[in-house]
Amino acid sequence: MKHVNTLDRVVIRFAGDSGDGMQLTGDRFTSDSAVYGNDISTLPNFPAEIRAPAGTLPGVSSFQLHFANYDIMTPGDRPDVLVAMNPAALKANIADLPRGGVIIADSADFTKRNLAKVGYTSDPLTDGSLEDYQVHALDLTGMTIEAVKQFGLTRKDASRAKNMFALGLLSWLYHRPTDGTLNFLSAKFASKPEIRDANITAFKAGHAFGETTEVFAVTYEVAPAPMPAGKYRQISGNLALAYGLITASRKAGLQLFLGAYPITPASDVLHELSKHKRFGVTTFQAEDEIAGVGAALGASFAGHLGVTTTSGPGVVLKSETIGLAVATELPLIVCDIQRAGPSTGMPTKTEQADLLQVMFGRNGEAPVPVLAAQSPADCFPTALEAVQLAIKYRTPVVILSDGYIANGAEPWLIPDIDSIPAIDPQFASATNGTDKVGEPLFLPYLRDPETLARPWAIPGTAGLQHRIGGIEKAKDTGAVSYDPANHEEMVRTRQAKINGIVQDIPDLAVDDPSDSEGRHARVLVLGWGSTYGPIIAAARRVRKTGRLIAYTHLRHLNPFPANLGDILRSYDRVIVPEMNTGQLAMLLRAKYLVDVHSYSRVRGQPISLSELAHDLEAEIDQLEGTNP
Amino acid sequence: MTAVDQLHSELDHPLTTREVADLSTSPLGPNGTGQSYRGLNGVPLSLEPLNRKDFTSDQEVRWCPGCGDYAVLAAFQGFMPELGIKRENTVIVSGIGCSSRFPYYVDTYGMHSIHGRATAIATGVATAREDVAVFVITGDGDALSIGGNHLIHVLRRNVNLTILLFNNRIYGLTKGQYSPTSEIGKITKSTPMGSLDNPFNPVSLALGAEATFVARTIDSDRKHLTGVLRAAAAHRGSSLVEIYQNCPIFNDGAFDAMKDRTTSADAIIPLNHGDPIRFGVDGHLGVVRDPRTGTFSVVEVADVGEDALVVHDAHLADPSFAFGLSRLTDAGVLHRAPIGIFRDVEAPAYDDLARDQVALAASLGNDDDALQTMINGADTWTVR
Repeated sequence: MKHVNTLDRVVIRFAGDSGDGMQLTGDRFTSDSAVYGNDISTLPNFPAEIRAPAGTLPGVSSFQLHFANYDIMTPGDRPDVLVAMNPAALKANIADLPRGGVIIADSADFTKRNLAKVGYTSDPLTDGSLEDYQVHALDLTGMTIEAVKQFGLTRKDASRAKNMFALGLLSWLYHRPTDGTLNFLSAKFASKPEIRDANITAFKAGHAFGETTEVFAVTYEVAPAPMPAGKYRQISGNLALAYGLITASRKAGLQLFLGAYPITPASDVLHELSKHKRFGVTTFQAEDEIAGVGAALGASFAGHLGVTTTSGPGVVLKSETIGLAVATELPLIVCDIQRAGPSTGMPTKTEQADLLQVMFGRNGEAPVPVLAAQSPADCFPTALEAVQLAIKYRTPVVILSDGYIANGAEPWLIPDIDSIPAIDPQFASATNGTDKVGEPLFLPYLRDPETLARPWAIPGTAGLQHRIGGIEKAKDTGAVSYDPANHEEMVRTRQAKINGIVQDIPDLAVDDPSDSEGRHARVLVLGWGSTYGPIIAAARRVRKTGRLIAYTHLRHLNPFPANLGDILRSYDRVIVPEMNTGQLAMLLRAKYLVDVHSYSRVRGQPISLSELAHDLEAEIDQLEGTNP
Repeated sequence: MTAVDQLHSELDHPLTTREVADLSTSPLGPNGTGQSYRGLNGVPLSLEPLNRKDFTSDQEVRWCPGCGDYAVLAAFQGFMPELGIKRENTVIVSGIGCSSRFPYYVDTYGMHSIHGRATAIATGVATAREDVAVFVITGDGDALSIGGNHLIHVLRRNVNLTILLFNNRIYGLTKGQYSPTSEIGKITKSTPMGSLDNPFNPVSLALGAEATFVARTIDSDRKHLTGVLRAAAAHRGSSLVEIYQNCPIFNDGAFDAMKDRTTSADAIIPLNHGDPIRFGVDGHLGVVRDPRTGTFSVVEVADVGEDALVVHDAHLADPSFAFGLSRLTDAGVLHRAPIGIFRDVEAPAYDDLARDQVALAASLGNDDDALQTMINGADTWTVR
């Protein structure tokens, strides 16, 4: 009986060549951990190249998983355990592993040739250079081939099951349940019995190796995390976004029309929606980004819920059509799954640098509401709200997500579909005015006095034939107008309509630790989008040191919540961490004349929790005039 | 029930009329034309006869005096009542350019969109709604320059809509720059020493994209124009109609050879399905095909004999024949061009196929339980 160590949290990073199946391995470990009841947070990290040359540094793909017995906010800055399937994976990731960390390496891949490929002159597994770490050099490939030899696969095919051997070993080491992965493999390879059996056998062999070997003296247990009661699943941001869009369209009684062009990291939303046509979903893979949003807008004109999904480079191309949607005042959902830019940038790496683009990246005065999801599961309610606003206010709405939450996963308390309120599209069905001689007339730009929204009259509705377009329209009638006063009124009315959405936005709540003994937090940390996890986690860490810090997070970036200005002005220092060079900070400074401090990181990676916590502590200490 | 269905049920007249799908048998449909209007299948018929006035909006038409667009608008408004469909089930989408103001003048649903994108936007309308007849109004700059990509893709997809491409071989709205159909050497504001680039032949381009219906007509020939539009509307799939349209301000007389009574007989190569291609004063000219190269050329009938003439066949599956005919069009200053329907073949329409997939998928069950099951996924766990 081996010794069992109880831990409250563990971070594992699986790293290997792009073809080694590291994403799948990580995904399975995550799933098994989630089902076990841990809180989880994941960070897939892979090259844009589909198969970079084998064994090279650019070809390294990794998957980091953080699992814990309490609610965690991030996938963790640094792993406790690094699984390295080859020398490149070791070299690319070793700098992130703290001294004393565990390395499990496939020694079979540490050949002279592979070592030389990445510039090792000697084998780090044996030359003593890793003596500060706990190194387990194991012949994973060899043991896998031996375990599956009964299936008569080629050596190459047999060795491909080595990721499952590693997963089996790790599952044993961390007491993970195994049924989920065994069921998954049975289903995934149902049509290829030899491959299925080889993978299952490799997985079981890895597990059995752990039990019998003397290599590991200790196994680890991470107890389930306390979570609100209910039914859970794990979900990625792109999946939650797709489900949110489908659910919203159903709640509105509208068919969903997605016009999209493949682009990393948004393509999975297209893939997912295309699987669910049964719910009245049409997916149109367009010839380019422009046609994608154009067809979506055409579908909205025709009475469907028009949606387009893309990333930053696609938003650039769609801008003119989004402007047309502003002018025609039709519902449209634009999902921008941000990635590192400018230009092609780093397609598989994350960033938040499209905020100003979606706010202002159109000609003329063309305001659009902007919402940002803060975590993978949060993409679901964000999509629901975006659709509700787009329909109510007859406007394009931008949803901002990013590569981090698009591909990352977390547990999700599955909502009850019946409990989600319906959305009334309120199609126009009758004329709303009269002409000079008293004949009934349809006024396509006559506005609802409350919302300033215009009627949505769809083709097929008798008597409501009308023409809309990008050219300026006379108020009420929608006739072409070059009248100066009319243009000014239309510009200001379109802006007022978007500003008026603030009435639908809840006041921003601040988590402020100020206590009854008169101790006040003087520093507020404020974020938006996917910095949510690192910010909350960093603030908690700061509080553990006894320092006071308040935090809050914005979903509504246009318009801002009504009380945001008051909040900003009630702290001595407001710090805004962003994965850009200070875009929200610029908006806040411009609108509220508050000297917010930008905390900017643009590395294509989520903001480091420990670095942020350290820097926030320094800010507080400086403000308080104390020396830590 | 979707919101659209809900709306339909609240209105006096139900909008979805699969029962009246065959317009050719309807008392209000285009009887006597001998054509089946498959292109309009699913579009509801008007309960009362409509006339030109019903398709005229209250907007003042603002094209230059003498513009060919007036003639096309008049022909369109005259021809639409003949289709017998409800005007509220008609959508006209245009891009940017002089002709793209067209939707404002027709009392249907319409969108005057942005430069080059009308075909993309119309694809969304047509795919979303089977019960709507979709027309695209575009020009040579709009469709072939900035919107060239969308044009070839809508044609290859064969989305069920009718494109009226007004070709005046010039940029009018921006005041007279050369266009992608202008002849080489064109002197314009932006090309004072003459334009350098080879023009597109819109018909050749469309046939290259394997468009299923391609025709050419002339703004001033009301009868021919109407006949071509009728056939285009009848066609299910993308129909491209190139309309030679005179711009009296910036490119006046570009099509005079075809309009002038003294020259038109020798300038217009008429394409009529099933007829030998013969034209000119007293029919002295005809079209023959080189059996070795497949190239078409114009010859004196007296030199080759009538039996040597090509008989036009618009229904050939292979677009090569139609493409070959399209090459008889002058690329430079226009002296001669084929007019008529180059190609009219049946092929599945993208929007029909897309709707079929949605319907097939829906037949597997799509109630709220199915939605909840999808969201739950395969791996769930319960916290108590």
